[in-house]
Amino acid sequence: MATVKDFRNNVRPNWCPGCGDFSVQAAIQRALAETGKEPEETAVISGIGCSGRISGYINSYGFHTIHGRSLPVAQGVKLANRDLTVIASGGDGDGFGIGLHHFMHAARRNMDITYIVMDNNIYGLTKGQTSPTSAHGFKNPKSTPEGNIENALTPAQVALAAGIGFVAQGFSSDIKQLVDVIKAAINHKGFSLVNVYSPCVTYNKVNTYDWYKENITNLDTIEGYDTSNRIQAMSTVMAHQGLVTGVIYQNNEIKAYEDLIPGYKEEPIVNQDLALSEEDFAKLIKAYA
Amino acid sequence: MLEQLSWKVGGQQGEGIDSTGTILATSLNRHGYFIYGYRHFSSRIKGGHTNYKIRIATKERLANADYLDILIAFDQETIDFNAHELRENGVLIADSKFNPVAPEGQKIRFFSVPLSKIAEENGSAIMRNMVAVGATAEVLGLTPETFLSVLNDRFLRKGEQVVQNNMNALKAGAQYIKDQGLDLSDLALAPGDGKERLYLTGNDACGMGALAAGTRVMPAYPITPASDIMEYLIKYLPKFGGHVLQTEDEIAAATMSIGASFGGARVCTSTSGPGLSLMMEAIGLSGITETPIVIFDTQRGGPSTGMPTKHEQSDMYAALWGTHGEIPKIVVAPATAEECFYMTVEAFNHADKYQVPTIILTDLALSMADQTVEPFDYSRISIDRGNVATAEQAAATPEGELFKRYQFTEDGISPRVFPGVKGGIHHVTGVEHTEVGRPTEDTGIRNKMMDKRLGKLEGVELPNSFSFSGDEDYELLIVGVGSTSGLIDEALERLHAEGKKVGHLHIKALSPFPIKSVQSFVDRAKKVLVVENNATGQLKNIMRFNGIKGEFISQVKYDGNPYIPSEIHTFAKELF
Repeated sequence: MATVKDFRNNVRPNWCPGCGDFSVQAAIQRALAETGKEPEETAVISGIGCSGRISGYINSYGFHTIHGRSLPVAQGVKLANRDLTVIASGGDGDGFGIGLHHFMHAARRNMDITYIVMDNNIYGLTKGQTSPTSAHGFKNPKSTPEGNIENALTPAQVALAAGIGFVAQGFSSDIKQLVDVIKAAINHKGFSLVNVYSPCVTYNKVNTYDWYKENITNLDTIEGYDTSNRIQAMSTVMAHQGLVTGVIYQNNEIKAYEDLIPGYKEEPIVNQDLALSEEDFAKLIKAYA
Repeated sequence: MLEQLSWKVGGQQGEGIDSTGTILATSLNRHGYFIYGYRHFSSRIKGGHTNYKIRIATKERLANADYLDILIAFDQETIDFNAHELRENGVLIADSKFNPVAPEGQKIRFFSVPLSKIAEENGSAIMRNMVAVGATAEVLGLTPETFLSVLNDRFLRKGEQVVQNNMNALKAGAQYIKDQGLDLSDLALAPGDGKERLYLTGNDACGMGALAAGTRVMPAYPITPASDIMEYLIKYLPKFGGHVLQTEDEIAAATMSIGASFGGARVCTSTSGPGLSLMMEAIGLSGITETPIVIFDTQRGGPSTGMPTKHEQSDMYAALWGTHGEIPKIVVAPATAEECFYMTVEAFNHADKYQVPTIILTDLALSMADQTVEPFDYSRISIDRGNVATAEQAAATPEGELFKRYQFTEDGISPRVFPGVKGGIHHVTGVEHTEVGRPTEDTGIRNKMMDKRLGKLEGVELPNSFSFSGDEDYELLIVGVGSTSGLIDEALERLHAEGKKVGHLHIKALSPFPIKSVQSFVDRAKKVLVVENNATGQLKNIMRFNGIKGEFISQVKYDGNPYIPSEIHTFAKELF
């Protein structure tokens, strides 16, 4: 069985020292090992941005796609080979800006893949512009010098509204909890989102490690919090402006997309014989005679 | 006896116009006639004028005729819009229910027939279409039994009585015309050859080709006139363990295709102009990551939303050059429904062989018009996935190293391996990369990788890149692409009959362009006429772009309708 070492490669990430994404990388590697996955049976599909480079930093099949489109690519991979563990990953700009509607459709479609977002509330790779998760009033010399006049999007709220079957959040400083929620997400049969608060130490001087520590509520500490209660999940998220960690909601009743496709086989498409029999071909033709 | 004639039925959309035409066309196809069926429709579901034009011939005709012989009108609008197409002494059959007014100043044979009333007397007003078919049969000298097998196919599951009612309605329609006692012997149709053939659209043939080629995943977004391809696969893929996923947009359709291809599936998507525009960035990703995808682009009237239900050939530039940066790309353009099938199968093999995005370019007339074609030949289908490493080959990757997915090779084509294979682990990225897919800005590797990718199609002339018909010692060479093939051949027949020496070169591959072959054809001509359905002469300019030397005369049409044969004939005749 693969260990966490097997999911490591010798590539040095080009992230800044102190970047929250290092913890996310380590947590994914550990979660994959602890859920019993093998590197060759795993595909990490990433978008564009600092965090989008993650597909190259995990020893598995990897696809670094284009901006905002990691989810459609990941769903395509899963359709071709349902036996793979497919992880899509990227940043808040990639997932909730340019790729937002893909996220909402992936959530309602419910294919069995895991989406991990490294949310730093800013565009890092383009050197610090306001992002869809930046707070109203967020000051940023690059794009909103007078303060953000738009409102922030709350990923967990959007996820719940889109009908997601599993949503959790984590924080780069709490790697133990992060590993736990990623493991739960991977084990969930259906689409899962893990939104991780992963501070940008270079450009975001507001949403720092300390700021998150002060503002985050850990759901694991709330007695009686019921992860199967969608209404409670939504109201809790709203009450905390989204700033919670832990599993927010999980629905084990809904079936994954792959299990609902008519005629879809257990044997992955990639292994199937593609040639039509002469008999089947004759039937296809006859429909037009 | 007539060797060919043109018939049309018209009325309000959603009122059985299509079934009337389909019953007539399918029945005659089964009796060995060659049929070409062209639907006129609007971008709405119910209401609005619609018509179905059918050309019946004793040899292959792949275009609308110059004029109509018979028009069936279910409403006055049909007469007002279409009667001008009737030839002198043509036949107009109109439902007397709407008190039809014959067109003024036209010498035609006009029958006001109680189509609806006869249908009601035989069971239901819905059978008005059968009465119209019966009336048509009488005019053409065909027996009611000609239609029996199609009626059985359509109605037997509803009971024998339903078949009988429809047959009675059909016979009553025939009897009514007979009772008028007019001489219609000039419209008697020569017999068909009785051979079994198929009757289908280019879209259906594309869908069938994709299935035969091994497509098992199709992410796609609905758009006219491409949706039929998607609908074909929605119908058949579940029987073969495959799936059509209706995506949120065409960006998702193209990128999901790339994912499925990376995952090891044969995959395609289908779209039209607006969707093709949205796919551009993904096409670049397919190109740089060498992840093959097949895209059907059924061209319609552009730009923007343009004329969504009208014919045009104006996506050629977009198909060839759309996406930023420089990638190799295959763009093929079948000309007939038959070619839609075989060229689709081939296109999947080309895509896998060269590991490039591949566009199958059709146009509305080709994608939506029904054609009689010879039954597809099973023995001509082959699936070749190209250079895919076996599990043993992948296992040979040294411990701790990545599989060289982008290995520099002599022909530039590197081995693929699909996720799940031990020893095959590698990275894929839209960023410039090394042989194992690691991002790099190394100038040496950059140049080598660009040359490797672009070199894959350099100097390649794909099989069936063009076709030639006509006189070998031509003075005039007519060049076309897509659905104009049958039209040009018909113009050519007429010019030939007038003693003119004409050749017809049809381009089937726009990229890689068959430069050498096309140049040699052009060199032999005194004059070259390029016929196409767009405003700026895209095909002509693509020939120039590819360095084809010669003087080109352009004939263009971009009003949303395909040519009729006389338009090309008249234009070409002036060039002698």
